[in-house]
Amino acid sequence: MSLTPAEIESLLLSLRISAVAVIGAFPIALCLAYLLARKRFPGKALLDGIVHMPIVLPPVVLGYLLLVVLGTRAPVGAWLYETFNVRFVFSWIGAALAAGIATLPFQVRAMRLSLDATDGGLEGVARSLGAGPLSVFISVTLPMMLPGIIADAITAYAASLGEFGAIITFVSNIPGETRTLPLAIYTALQTPGGEAAAARLAALSVGLALTGLVLAEIAGRRIRRAVEG
Amino acid sequence: MLDVRLRRRIGAFSLDVAFTGPESGVTALFGASGAGKTMAVNAIAGIVAVDAGHVRLGPLSFFDTDRGIDLPIRRRRISTVFQDARLFPHMSVENNLLYGWRRIETGERRIDVDHVIDMLGIRALLHRRPHKLSGGEKQRVGLGRALLAHPRLLLMDEPLASLDNARKAEILPYIERLRDEAEMPIIYVSHSIEEVIRLAGTLVVLERGRVIAAGDVFEVMGRLGLLPPGGPYEAGAVVPCHIARHDDANALTHVAFEGGGLVLPRLDLSVGVSIRVRILARDVLVALDKPHAISAQNILPGRVAGLRYEDGAYAEVQIAVGSVRLLARITRSSSERLALAVGKPVFAIIKSMSIDRRSR
Repeated sequence: MSLTPAEIESLLLSLRISAVAVIGAFPIALCLAYLLARKRFPGKALLDGIVHMPIVLPPVVLGYLLLVVLGTRAPVGAWLYETFNVRFVFSWIGAALAAGIATLPFQVRAMRLSLDATDGGLEGVARSLGAGPLSVFISVTLPMMLPGIIADAITAYAASLGEFGAIITFVSNIPGETRTLPLAIYTALQTPGGEAAAARLAALSVGLALTGLVLAEIAGRRIRRAVEG
Repeated sequence: MLDVRLRRRIGAFSLDVAFTGPESGVTALFGASGAGKTMAVNAIAGIVAVDAGHVRLGPLSFFDTDRGIDLPIRRRRISTVFQDARLFPHMSVENNLLYGWRRIETGERRIDVDHVIDMLGIRALLHRRPHKLSGGEKQRVGLGRALLAHPRLLLMDEPLASLDNARKAEILPYIERLRDEAEMPIIYVSHSIEEVIRLAGTLVVLERGRVIAAGDVFEVMGRLGLLPPGGPYEAGAVVPCHIARHDDANALTHVAFEGGGLVLPRLDLSVGVSIRVRILARDVLVALDKPHAISAQNILPGRVAGLRYEDGAYAEVQIAVGSVRLLARITRSSSERLALAVGKPVFAIIKSMSIDRRSR
């Protein structure tokens, strides 16, 4: 089975958009996970709800909301466009943003789980030995979370490859710019005689998803071994 | 002076303790599990909050609820050695050891890293990860890590409790050296009377969140009616002695204390070395006349200093021999038969064989 240039373009675009989405969301997810796992503050339940919203929200609604806020005629979107010449709609950056927000709760959830699994007692030990909060986080918390979060980042990457609703609603379906694998499959199915192309792309998606999950498992195990010696 | 006062109520349990200790040497918190020992050290370290109280060391207050002082944990410089070591699993032994040391300003570093590594015998372990260490090795590294952080106060929370007897015997000399070399107060939590006797200068006995006895270890151990967690059969005085001479022909060792002496089975220690001898109350006989034809080697003249009748069949007699106080646990009927009373001259009789050799 050989892919057409347009299909390869979709594949590469998907890989790139997911990479930007996951890497961009990573530090934000880490901060959110840390806040939610270790801190108490007013409005914590609300923040928790907002972070997890993309899981329960129809992706189309997420895309619509992004459009309402970041569209070129929407207040924030217009300001960004005029001030920084940054445009999200009809652009692959917008697709990455949509995919990032859609997979953010998965990253936060996974990081929170690894934070909960890390021995909080060791952070106390580090503090008693004179380490400040940031130093404790970098020298103790983060390395102990690492096996979990790297594996989860790979899983989030594989999941974000499949984002469809939010992307098509927010940034539309533009070949070479926003037509990721799922959008290409959808397009192929809408095109008379496109069943073979759809099947090829679907098989590719299955392969990518599986590869991602297997890699995540292996990476998790490897890193755990490296961290714990 | 180390001055501790802690009050904390959590559910049905309340901790309400106050004690003092010297600025250098070991203050032991001793009691059964559930007495509140670990809660007390965690409160001192700042890991758990208290409702009220203070911990002061000389002019410095780590916290003081009355005066609104509460130093953040990282500024307290109180290091803890835990029962489970709590080494950082992702760091080498060396990085564990130096974790606190690196955070001390260069000019303030008084403790020599190499000296500590050699004292604890852990040079060969420096590049290993903690999970490759034995239990005893982990504790030595934990000890080194705590010490190298230049603590103002060192807390040791049952550091030997998870080790077998051989490992305990391996670690104890290191803790003794630490006690003798380090000029800092150590609070040592334990439910083991042997460890306490061997290490402590000051003894604080806890029971259900309260201090039931506190003071010099010899004085407290010689008190009447103080039942250690092991039960009344574990009661017994501790006598500070030094090795006087060895009787090699009979495989015996003579030890001396202020106002008397004891004969023990041969000890492998040099003459002059200080040891602490524990004499269990149940191993001491009381006689009014000096017995002659008797197998016991130790017949010590003294006076009844205290007498306490228990509810059951027993009585506890405190006997002053020279400057030390021995405890004897006899039946109440024997005590009545001998008409024991405070001030009465008696002889305390102890078999050499029965003297607890573990508590040297």
